[in-house]
Order: sequence, then C-alpha cells, then structure tokens
Amino acid sequence: MTARTDPWSPTPTRILRVRRETRDTFTVELEGQNRAFEPGQFNMLYLFGIGEVPVSISGDPGNPDVLVHTIRAVGTTTLAMKRQAKRGSALGVRGPFGSAWPVRAAEGDDLLIMAGGLGLAPLRPVMYHALRHRQRFGRVTLLYGARSPEDLLFRSEHGRWARKDCVVEVTVDRAGPNWVGRVGVVPALVDVTPLDPARTTAMLCGPEVMMRFSVRTLEARGLAHERIFVSMERSMKCAVGFCGHCQFGPTFVCKDGPVLRLDRIARLFGKREI
Amino acid sequence: MENLERLLREHDFLKDLAQPQAASLVSCVKNLRFESGAFLMREGDEASTFYLLRRGRVVLEVDVPGKGPLVMESLGPGDIVGLSWLFPPHRVHIDARAVDPVVALAFDGGCLRGKMEEDHDLGFALTRRLLAETYKRLQRVRLQRLDVYANP
Repeated sequence: MTARTDPWSPTPTRILRVRRETRDTFTVELEGQNRAFEPGQFNMLYLFGIGEVPVSISGDPGNPDVLVHTIRAVGTTTLAMKRQAKRGSALGVRGPFGSAWPVRAAEGDDLLIMAGGLGLAPLRPVMYHALRHRQRFGRVTLLYGARSPEDLLFRSEHGRWARKDCVVEVTVDRAGPNWVGRVGVVPALVDVTPLDPARTTAMLCGPEVMMRFSVRTLEARGLAHERIFVSMERSMKCAVGFCGHCQFGPTFVCKDGPVLRLDRIARLFGKREI
Repeated sequence: MENLERLLREHDFLKDLAQPQAASLVSCVKNLRFESGAFLMREGDEASTFYLLRRGRVVLEVDVPGKGPLVMESLGPGDIVGLSWLFPPHRVHIDARAVDPVVALAFDGGCLRGKMEEDHDLGFALTRRLLAETYKRLQRVRLQRLDVYANP
C-alpha cells in the first residue's frame, strides 16, 4: 500500500470532532478528504511543533469523508494531542500506510476477531466492513478484553454489533461487584467460542503478550498459522521502510505490516530481543 | 440416575470418561439450581462440594477490606468450581457467587475422595482432569498478573 500523496509531507487536516473514550484514550475525527484506506492501515499524525506518531485508523472504510483515529495519551506527543486537539484545529496527516487485514481473502470464512485494550481500534474497521457485507462471511465473532470496565472502548457499539448477527464477547481483567459481564483474559474466551479451524480466519490485535497467549489457545483449537493474522506494534518513524526503527527481523512493520500473517513471522514471534 | 449419568458424561470436565466410571460417580452427585446472587461457597466455609457448571455464570471474588468484593474471574458452562475439597484442611479460599440463575452438578467432596481412593484408575482420570483445569487457570492468572493493558 502506498500513500496517496508525497509520503514525506504531512497534509494539514482539519479536526471535525474530538471525543473522549476512556480516562486516557480519545478519538479524533478529521476531514477525510476522500482519503480511502483499508482496514488495518495507519496514518502518521503530526502535532505541529511537537511530534509525529503512528496511529491506526479506527473508522469506517466505507466512509472516506471522515478519517477516524483513536489515540491513547501516553507519550509526549499524544499527551499534547489530547490537550491541544480541538474542533477546527488541524493535525498533519501522512498516509495511509501499511498492510491491511485480509477482509477480502476471508470472504466465505468465519471471522474471529480478537482484540485487547486499544487493539480494538485497528480492528473496528474490520467490524464495520464485515457488518456492511455481512452476507459475505460466515460466523463473525469479536472477543474483546480490557483492563477494567472503565477501559472498554466503543462500549455503545458492542450491542449494535451484536444485533447485526455478530457474537460479541467482552471480558475485563478486573472488576468490582457491579460489573455483570465476564472477568478473565481474552484467550479464555476462545474456549467458549465455537470454532471450525478449516474455515476460520483469526485477526488479533493487542499487547504482544496477549497475542502470544491467544495464539497458543488458537493453536490448541487446531487453527493453522496461515489462518492467523496479527497486527504488530513497533516504533515507526518514517512509515515507508527507510529508517529501520520498526525493523522486526527481515520485516519492516511500517511497510510489510502492521498486519502480518503468523506463519510468515512465527519464527520471530515472541522471540526475545527482536 | 441414568439421567444424572448422562449429564455427567455430557459435561466438558468428564467428557470421554469411561461409562462404568461415570456410573460410579452418580451416587455422589446432585443437580442443583442457584438463584442469581446466591453463593455456591464462601471463603472460610468447609470445602465440601465440587461443582460442574451446566448453566449460568459464577464469579470468583475476594473481599478486600476497604474496597469490597473484587471479582477475580468469571466462570460459565463447562467450567468447574471448587478445588479445596480435594486437600486438607478442606477450607474454601474464595467466594463463588452466581450472577445468573445457575444450574450445576454438585459432588459431595468426601464421597468423591472416597471413590478416587477406592478406584485409583478413576482417581487418576479425575486428578489428570483437575490438574489440566488448574493449569489452564494458572495460565489465565499469569496473563492477568502481567497487567498487559497498563500504561507502557
């Protein structure tokens, strides 16, 4: 996938709306300027004078008029973005970059979407795509986990997705007595999910440890590595495979990823010092 | 009785258990129902029961002074509840509360221990299953302890 314009130059893009998601996560909606993207791709967002960060696109690929990014405020740039991003102000945008979830190749299959924490953001476009083209897929299942009920992203949409013939199973790592949902880790949800290994495509995004544990449970259920896709996270700077910051073995996560088929990286997945 | 034997053999925990072994367990088990909010067991109680959940959800929780109950894990159909019945001093270490109407097969722990002692093949078959469940739970707790969603 290549960027629409000069990949080095950020395009100033107006913010249409900023929405708080959780205590440390917010969503910025930018003018889409008809910028098409594939589910799983990311943009480099530049806060002028502060810095640039890679952020997955979390919006609807069927609506190129709005470019949606969900951001966790954890570093200098994203904390400043949280403070400064206002409706009417602008961010610089480079992109979209990177590989995409195999939504077309998976047509006819069951989709098993596994997300942890902010990992739901790059998978939300898959949900939008799958639900818009519901008849092209078999069973669509979302397994989603977060640290606590307060940290769950896009809560208002979970019910909507479930009403559109999609199984949505949500779990949290810890909760007080008022939470009536599941408590436990995402991989445990695999045990309660019907899964046909011959016709399931799994898409995983979340902290790498969560993905490693999840992969083990999928392997135990007979899912081949060729049917498992993960979105890797590495420090991305140039976004076009020149600088090497995001190198993962022979792979540049910004250019060859972030979405990678597991059999192509299995040798390195979970390896120390990579 | 025949019905209980069928229910036992249908449960994930006892799947593939030999028919005579399943039949021998029937005298130790009852099919129980719990209303939402009812406790299957409470910390400090004598650990006398081993549950196989058939319907509904149960949470394992610990009361933390000053904070109230903290839910550690939720369990559902196919899961087991209670391990302390197997080992002395047979005391429950955690609360198990139904959050839905729950249906469970409830074994008398003493009766089950007796069966496992009498028939070591049965004892081995059950111990292996209990160990596998314990290992799965250990893996889940490990991942939970890593707190992977915390700020980097």
